[in-house]
Amino acid sequence: MSGCRDEDPRIHGIKTKIGVVPNFPKPGIMFQDITPLLLDPKAFKDAIDLFVERFKDNNISVVAGIEARGFIFGPPIALAIGAKFVPLRKPRKLPGEVIFEEYVLEYGSDCLEMHLGAVEPGERVLVVDDLIATGGTLCAAMNLLERVGAVVVECACLIELPELKGRGRLNGKPLYVLVEYQ
Amino acid sequence: MFAAENGLRGDPRLQAISEAIRVVPHFPKPGIMFQDITTLLLDPKAFKDTVDIFVDRYRDMGISVVAGVEARGFMFGPSIALAIGAKFVPLRKPRKLPGEVISEAYVLEYGTDCLEMHVGAVQPGERSLIIDDLVATGGTLSAAIRLLERVGAEVVECACVVGLPEAKGQRRLNGTPLYILVEPREIENCY
Repeated sequence: MSGCRDEDPRIHGIKTKIGVVPNFPKPGIMFQDITPLLLDPKAFKDAIDLFVERFKDNNISVVAGIEARGFIFGPPIALAIGAKFVPLRKPRKLPGEVIFEEYVLEYGSDCLEMHLGAVEPGERVLVVDDLIATGGTLCAAMNLLERVGAVVVECACLIELPELKGRGRLNGKPLYVLVEYQ
Repeated sequence: MFAAENGLRGDPRLQAISEAIRVVPHFPKPGIMFQDITTLLLDPKAFKDTVDIFVDRYRDMGISVVAGVEARGFMFGPSIALAIGAKFVPLRKPRKLPGEVISEAYVLEYGTDCLEMHVGAVQPGERSLIIDDLVATGGTLSAAIRLLERVGAEVVECACVVGLPEAKGQRRLNGTPLYILVEPREIENCY
C-alpha cells in the first residue's frame, strides 16, 4: 500500500491500521477495513488532523458525510473546522423533505438522499467517505450538492483504490486521500 | 438521568441543543413524533456544545472504549472518543462488519433486529461508554450493553442526546446508568 502523503510521518501509522479482509462482502473483493484505525486513538486522531490541516483555512461551511462510514470521519472534521455536518443517507432514513440521487452499482442501482434546506446555494462543501472505489457514490453525493447550488471544493477519503479509476469520475473535482491500496 | 438534574440545571447550552432538534410528525409512521438530530448537526456551536458536555462528563472516568450504535451514534461517538483518548467501536446492523463478529438480537415493535460487534475490538475489563442519538424503549441500548458485557467489558454509562417519555424516570437500563441531555420539546399545532 502506498501513501499519497509519503512525506508526513503520520501516514505510516495510519496505513498499518487499515485491515484487509479477503472475500468480503463476496468472493474476490479485498475489503478495506478502517475499524482497526478507530481502535488506535493516536492513528485515528492523526487521520482527522491531516484532513483538518488541509481544509481548515479553505472557507468550507459544510462537511457532507456518506452513510455510514463517512459519519465516523465527517463530524470530527466538521467540528474542528467550524462547519455544519450534513449526512447523505440511504433511502427513507432522513425524515422530512429530501432530494435523492440514484447511482449505478455493479448489479442494479442505489440511491443517496439529502435534506432539503441543509445546504444553501453558494456554500463551499467537503465530501467525506472512508474509501473511493469506482467513484459512483461520491459522484452521486456531488450531484446532490451541486443540484442545490453548493460548490464542492474537494472530496476526501482515507483510502483510494486507484485501479478502479474513481478519481476520474469526479468531474474534475479534486480528491484528497491519505493512502492508496494497490 | 437527565443532564439538568445532574449538575447542568439552567445550563444555557442545553436549551440551545433542545431547540436545535427538529420534530418531524408522523415519521416513519403515523403517530410518531420523530426527533431529528440532523438540525443539531447544522448548528456548529450547538453540536460542539453537545460533544463538550459529554466529554466533560467522561474524560476523567477512565473510559477506554466509546461504542456507537449505527448510524446516528456514529455522528457523536467518534468526536467524544477522540477528545477523551478512547477507542471508537462501531456497533452495526448485520453483515456490515467484515471478519469475526458477535451478534445480539433485540425485539422491535414488530419482529426483531440484530446488533453486531467485532470480536477482539474490546478487551475484558475495559471501561466503556455506549452512545446513541436517542433512547426510547431502551431495546437497542440493552442489546449494546449485552454485547459489551459478553466480552467482559464494564459499561460505565449509556449516553444519549434525547430521551423519549418511555425512557423518562429510568436512571438505569438493566443496571447500567443512563445519561440524557434533553427531552423532546412540546410541539403545538402538529396533527
